[in-house]
This record gives sequence, C-alpha cells and structure tokens, in this order.
Amino acid sequence: MNGSESGFNPAFNIATIKQVVNEAIERVAPVSVRMPTPTRLRDLIRQIRAARTAAEERSVVNKECAYIRSTFREEDSVWRCRNIAKLLYIHMLGYPAHFGQLECLKLIASPRFTDKRVGYLGAMLLLDERQDVHLLITNCLKNDLNSNTQFVVGLALCTLGAIASPEMARDLASEVERLIKSPNAYIKKKAALCAFRIIRRVPDLMEMFLPATRSLLTEKNHGVLITGVTLITEMCENSPDTLNHFKKIVPNLVRILKNLILAGYSPEHDVSGVSDPFLQVKILRLLRILGKNDAEASEAMNDILAQVATNTETSKNVGNTILYETVLSIMDIKSESSLRVLAVNILGRFLLNNDKNIRYVALNTLLRTVHVDTSAVQRHRTTILECLKDPDVSIRRRAMELSFALINGQNIRSMMKELLSFLERSDAEFKAHCSSAMVLAAERHAPSNKWHLDTLFRVLLKAGNYLRDDTVSNTIQIVSSAPAERQAYAAMRLWSSLERSAVSGDATEKQPLIQVAAWTIGEYGDLLVSEASNAISMVDEDGVDDFVRPSEEYVIDIYQKLLWSTQLSITTKEYLLLSLAKLSTRFTTQPSQDKIRVIIDTFGSHIHIELQQRGVELSQLYRQHAHLRPALLERMPALEPAADAPDRAPDASPVHKPEQDALLDLIIGSDPLTNGDVEHKPAPAPNNNTSNDILDLLSGLELSGGGGAPSLLNAVSDAPAPAPVVSAAPALLLDGLFGSAPTPQAPAITQDLPTVTALDKNGVRIVFGISRGGDTVTLTMRATSSEHLTEFLFQAAVPRTFQLDMMSPSGTVLSPQGEITQVLKITNPSRTPLRLRIRVSYNIDGTPVLEQTEVNNFPPDLFN
Amino acid sequence: MMQFMLLFSRQGKLRLQKWYVAHPDKLKKKITRELITTVLARKPKMCSFLEWKDVKVVYKRYASLYFCCAMEQEDNELLTLELIHRYVELLDKYFGSVCELDIIFNFEKAYFILDELVLGGELQETSKKNVLKAIAAQDLLQEEETPQGFFEDHGLG
Repeated sequence: MNGSESGFNPAFNIATIKQVVNEAIERVAPVSVRMPTPTRLRDLIRQIRAARTAAEERSVVNKECAYIRSTFREEDSVWRCRNIAKLLYIHMLGYPAHFGQLECLKLIASPRFTDKRVGYLGAMLLLDERQDVHLLITNCLKNDLNSNTQFVVGLALCTLGAIASPEMARDLASEVERLIKSPNAYIKKKAALCAFRIIRRVPDLMEMFLPATRSLLTEKNHGVLITGVTLITEMCENSPDTLNHFKKIVPNLVRILKNLILAGYSPEHDVSGVSDPFLQVKILRLLRILGKNDAEASEAMNDILAQVATNTETSKNVGNTILYETVLSIMDIKSESSLRVLAVNILGRFLLNNDKNIRYVALNTLLRTVHVDTSAVQRHRTTILECLKDPDVSIRRRAMELSFALINGQNIRSMMKELLSFLERSDAEFKAHCSSAMVLAAERHAPSNKWHLDTLFRVLLKAGNYLRDDTVSNTIQIVSSAPAERQAYAAMRLWSSLERSAVSGDATEKQPLIQVAAWTIGEYGDLLVSEASNAISMVDEDGVDDFVRPSEEYVIDIYQKLLWSTQLSITTKEYLLLSLAKLSTRFTTQPSQDKIRVIIDTFGSHIHIELQQRGVELSQLYRQHAHLRPALLERMPALEPAADAPDRAPDASPVHKPEQDALLDLIIGSDPLTNGDVEHKPAPAPNNNTSNDILDLLSGLELSGGGGAPSLLNAVSDAPAPAPVVSAAPALLLDGLFGSAPTPQAPAITQDLPTVTALDKNGVRIVFGISRGGDTVTLTMRATSSEHLTEFLFQAAVPRTFQLDMMSPSGTVLSPQGEITQVLKITNPSRTPLRLRIRVSYNIDGTPVLEQTEVNNFPPDLFN
Repeated sequence: MMQFMLLFSRQGKLRLQKWYVAHPDKLKKKITRELITTVLARKPKMCSFLEWKDVKVVYKRYASLYFCCAMEQEDNELLTLELIHRYVELLDKYFGSVCELDIIFNFEKAYFILDELVLGGELQETSKKNVLKAIAAQDLLQEEETPQGFFEDHGLG
C-alpha cells in the first residue's frame, strides 16, 4: 500500500472531462421525460474527492442525495443497486442515509445476485435493531436461507450474524439449526457462527443447537472447526450444565491441537511457520474453560499444554500469540506445578521483550495470575515498577494495577515511594484511581501509624483535587484516633503544607488537603503553637527539619488569606470557618482572638447562605451564649471507624469509613436550608457536645448515612462526654445554632429493630439488620457461611409499590470466618407491610447453588 | 468477539466501518470520532493496544491506513493483530498491491472480503485461499448476470 492519493493520472482527467461534457449536455438539453442515467459510483466518489471545501462537498452530496431520493420515489429498479451503493459511500462520510433502508429491502427481495449482494451490505450498514424495518427483513432472510445458491444463503447468514435482534433470533433459529447440519462446509461454518450470535442475544435458544454442535468437531475443514469451537465456548460460558456436558470433548480437542502441532507444513493454514494459530488459540481458550476447577480434565490436557509451551517458535508475533494463550490456560486450570513454573518463566521472558505489545500482554497476564502465584510475580517487581515510567499510557495503566496487586507488608515502603512519584507525574485520568488505591494499600499494610499518616498527607498533597471524597473523612478519622503526640505532629505537618499552599497560591488545586489541614489545626491548634511540642521530631524522609513554629497571629493571617480567596469551594471554606471558631478556644493571645472574631463576624453577611448562617451562628457564640463556647468547641472524641466497612478484607486492619460524613449529614439534615445537599459539611463544632439529648434530636431528622449511621450514633453517644453539659441548654442551644429552623420537620423515629434471619440453609446464613425512619427502611444484609463460597451474589425484589435501592456488596467471595454485607434501602410511600423476595447464588467447590426464598417475618410496624 | 472494526486514514477520514453490536447511528458516530482522535494521537513507538471505555482497541497502521478493531476483554490481543494482518493480506491479494485508493473506490469489495473472513464478530475462515475463492465465485455470479458491456452502465459502475 504505497500509492499516494494525489498522483497524476491521465485516465482520471479524461474521465473528468467526460463528466463535465455530460453535465453540460444535461444542462442544455430540455427537461427529459424519463430520468437521466444516474452518475456512476466512481464518478460520484471522484466528484466528492475533488471538492475543495467542506461546503463544496456538502453541496455535491446534497445534490446527489436529492437525486437518489427522487429515483426512489419513481420506483426505479434498474438503477436502485447503483444508487444504494452511492448512498453507502455518502453514509460513510457521515451524512444521513436512513431513507435508503426500505430500498435495501427491495434490493434483497430482487432475484439478481448483484442486487442481493449490495442490498444485504446496505442492510448491515444502515439498519440497526431499533428500526421497525428490521421486522420486514426477517421474511427476506427466511427466503434466502432456503435458497439453492450457497452464496445467497451465505449472504443471509452473514447479515443475520451481524444484525440479529432478539426477535429475529427467535424467528430464524430453527433455519440456522438446519443449516448447521448442511453437508456444505461454506454454509455450515457460517451457520455455526450465526448460532453463536443467536445464543449471545437469546441464551434460552441454546438448547436446540446442542445436538448439531458436537459433530462440528469431527470435520476436517478448519473453518468449520474454528466456528464450532467458538460456538461451544459460548455455550460453555452460558451455562454450567452445558459446560459439564462438553467435558467429554476434551480428548477430541487435545487430538485436534496435537495434529496441528505435529502435522508438517501445510501452506493453506501456515502463518510464519505456525500451523493455523487462529484455531490453536480458540482451542486453548476452550480447554481453559473446560479444565477450570476440574482435576480430571486438567490432567488430560497437561501434556499438550506442555508441548505447546515448549515447541512454539517465539521469534514472531504468531508464536507469542499462542504462548500467551497457553500461559493463561496453564494458570487457570489445575495444572502441574512444573508446568506453572514454565508458564511464569515464559511471562518473565515476555516482560523483557523489546516489543511493546508483548510487554503489555505480559503485564496483563501477570495481573491475572498474581492471585495464583504471588511470589513468582514478585520476582519481576523491579521491571514492573520500571514500566510505571513508560511513555505509553496502556503500559502504565497495566503496570499501575499490577503494582497495587504486589504491595504487601514487606515492600510497602519502597512500593509506595515509587507510586507516590508516579502519582505526582501521572495524567489526570489516573490520579483518582491511583490515589484511592494508595489510601487503601496504606490502610492495609501500614508498618506504623506515623508512616500511615505521613503517606496519607503525601497522597493528599500529590493527588490534589482528584482525590476521592471519602479520603478526607478517612484521614480525619485516623488523625482523631491517634495518640496526642501524633496529633500534634499531624497538625504541624499539615500546617506546613497549608501555609505553603496559601503562600504559593495553589490551594485551589489541593482542596482535600486544605480540608484535612483545617480540621486538624482546628482540633489541635493549641499543640501547633505550643513550645511544648518542640520535642516532636519534624525530620522528614530527606533528613531535613524545616519546620518553623508559627505564631498565633500568623496562623490566623493564613486562614484569612484562604477564607478571602474567591476560588476555594464552599465546602473548604466551611471547614476553614469552623476550624477558625475552634481555634478561638485553642489560642490565648488577645490580638488573635480579636482577629478571629472580626473574620467570623464578616461571614454574617456572606453571599452564600450556608456560610452566612455559620457566620451568624458562630457570632452568637461570642455574644448571647459566650459561656457555652468553650464547651461547645471542645476537642472531638476519637472517631471510630464504621463497624461494617463494605470493602474490608478479612485479614486487613480496620478499614476506616466515612462515618464522619454520616454524622455530619445527620446534623446538616436538620437544617432546612441545606436539606438534600450531599456535599461534605464540616460541622465538627456542634458535634463536640456529646449530649445524648441533642444527638437524639438531631438524629431523628434524616437518616442519609446508610447502614453505618445508627452504629455510629451509638459509638459517639457511648464515648465519654468530657464536656460539661448545661442541662437547661439544649433547646436554647438549638435555637442559637439553627435559628432559622423554628419547627423542625416532624421527627420520624429512627430506631434499631432486632435482626431478621432470612435464610439459614446448608451452613449459609443471611441476616438483615434493620434500621428504619419514616417511609424508608435501611436493611443491612449480612451473609456468613461455614464453607468457602465464591461468586456469591445476593439479589432482592420487592412488590411494585416499593422502591428498592441496592448498594454494591462488600465482595463476592465468602470465607468461613468472613462475611459479606450489602445495604438495601427500601422506600415505601404506601406503608404497606414489607414483602421481600431474595435470591442467592454462589459456587461451593465449583458447584453452583441457587437459593430462593421469600422473607415475610419483618416486623409489621416496619413503616410507620 | 469483535464489537466493531474501523479503517481510517492518517487524516482521520473513515474508509470502512463494520459494526457487530447494535448502536444508534449517533453513538456510532461519536465513538468513531473519539476513537480516531485517540488513536491518531498515539506515537508510532507505542504498543498497539488501548483500553478505551469498556473495550480493548487493537490497531495497526499499514501505510496511510489505520486498521482498528474493538475487542472484548477476554479476547487475545496478539491474535487480533494477526487477524488484521490476515485482512490486509487478503485485500492485497485481491487488489494486487492494495493502496488506500483501491479501498476508497471499491469500498464494497473491501466489505465483501471482510464478510467472508469474519462473521458476527468472530473469525469464520482461516484459509486465505478459501476466502478468495468465495469472493471470486461471487464476483463471477455478478458478471454472469450482466450481459457483456452492460455492466459498465448498469452495475455499480
């Protein structure tokens, strides 16, 4: 392919001259009674290509389209084929061509082969399954599937394979089944792939193809063999029963594969010295599916896999294609350990290959096999980390995911160092995913609390605004439960970052960092400015201690600078404002106190209503309720991680969930101005007063925190309440804080009901924890099992009057000591008794189990 | 299974599109436009694979044309490269040292060849000879039903 598009070609020019002459004649001649001969396809293409501007092209196309439409109206059948061909070219250029759909059907119905060929091509390009015309084509297809000409049958099968809708699949399945049994290999192979597509679209139709399918493997023709293997693969993936049914073909497949490898050179199927790689790969993939979790089948294919793995020539792409598929199969079935070593070695060679494609494939495969043999993959860690620096985004993405899979307690320090520098220079699309994976890994494997905090701060710094929302609350939770000395350290570290951002003006790009810093400094500001904290080492990783203890006034100045910035989000400002209020009880000098007061008072007239309200409320604390201020702004008790963190791994250290948000939402929910706002609301100040009365009042208003919320409430109310509670104050206090809400919405009662056991069978137990509030009930499904289960899937259905909202489950693998949780929210405006149907499916030792039951033993007064 | 195949030029002009999944026209255009831009922006030394939305795009450039297939996650990427190469070989054999212009002016032939190689997104024939034989036989059928000299005016022209 080396022709240039614009070479000089005399033939073209003569044709153009002819064209011009013809057009001139047409213009001069009187309006003819019949339509003139239409422009030929190649002339149209030439005209369009000769157009110099887009407008010129459009005018050529529009003129031609108008002409084509008129011939369609005239029911001109002689030129229909040519006109559709032109229309297809115009369609490829991006112009609308839907008006040709019916004409394609007319072409298909024509007895001429040329018409059919172009008609079917047009149908495949112009129709999609949303079109009503689709139903009309079913009849044409049915006729042609019964044609005596093999190529007409072939065209019909090809079209059916490309555009089969579920209805078409149902209507024509029996025709296709008949054609699979045809003695003609050309038709047989096409029919087999049609069946494959039909099963894809309508899995229920699989049954009828089963008898005809098995005999496909006894054919000699490679076309029939490869399509047969494709069809069987689809069937096996479709249902476990069929998978078992086809276990007996393993020896046949092994024999076919063996013949391919051992047979001498066959020019028809040879690709650079490899005999039919397409068929080999398809067979290897089917073997993988058949051998998975089946020792006997795996045993039968061990030898042939070893043979393929050792005998395949690797200097060309074809050889590597087959090796790649072989390695995947070896790792997926119950293969011998020597074979696995061989496979891992092949991957090691792949990883060092100069060809980028092979390296990509190696990383991809390592990721898929890392759970089988982690230590083997660990050996390649350096190479994998090197790939993080690759200029190619595809390679970087694979390397990043693989790196996360390789992190463990021993290598976390060095891995995180690499990943941090990757995070810093990575593209925006990676930052969110990478940072949250880092937070997770740090939680799971942190060697020490200090290291954990340091890492989180660095992630906050480098991921900037790409950080996922819950990281802010997670980090706050970790700081709040750290020992006092560590809290001072956190305040000091975060102060350095905050100050640096404020001075250099990049705070807007690092808002999550500012939020965490604001919260921490607000809580532990006294430790930040106190000389007593001098004992804490601020030496960083590079051995430098550049921490300068700020004065109280300087801290307030930085706060002012940030609060006055127009670019920070409202949420960040809320964090800062409340932090500032807290500092008023942490700082002691008069000038700083005055400054704080001035700033807070200014917010009383802020343009944003939420900030304005906070400003007014906090100002009140200086005036009417000054005596309450120190108690209200007390330090928060340690926040506890949510009890049922959904993504907790069985062996992981506690995973910290954003229970802070749940609590904050509860409080925010009482404020009619911000009802429904899902942003993070920094309201740590009022929480501080752990008076049960207040919490009860607040908690009744909205339960937006999901399943975690009630347990959190308990956690907070059970915590020691250091603040001296003024017993007469609650009502007054609420008036002061939420002054604009004289009558809160009728408080629905939230309370914990006893759990309901939904299923207890064969050692599998499913229990619902219920918490209710108004017409919404939150069920927390907990599944436990005495056996190891995989592919655990919980489904639920409710009558139509209810509305069911299911959160994602915590996992799909259930080990005897672990549990799977999933939160369901059920809204019931009609408040009728709840009926819930559940379905649970899982694999136990590779055998799929399906349980289904209806749960009727919910308390009758669930909704009230 | 292949979800779709696109052929486009270095200038980003679409030369052939084959869809094996049903999408509305608008979405097809959007996908095509975005994918062409993404692929053209990649440097020649980069690997031929691109994880893009929920598909795995495998592409390769031959002279001025990009051949680009969207595969599913389970599919063998390296084998897809072989499939693309097989298609190019077939075009080359059919047209005799194929160039972009051949595909522009005979786009329907390029579709016919692809339809004998791939059906419903899966490979249907692994022998080059068989594909070309089937195409030649169908071309002959077309010629037989058009009388001598008539084809120029009455066929596709």
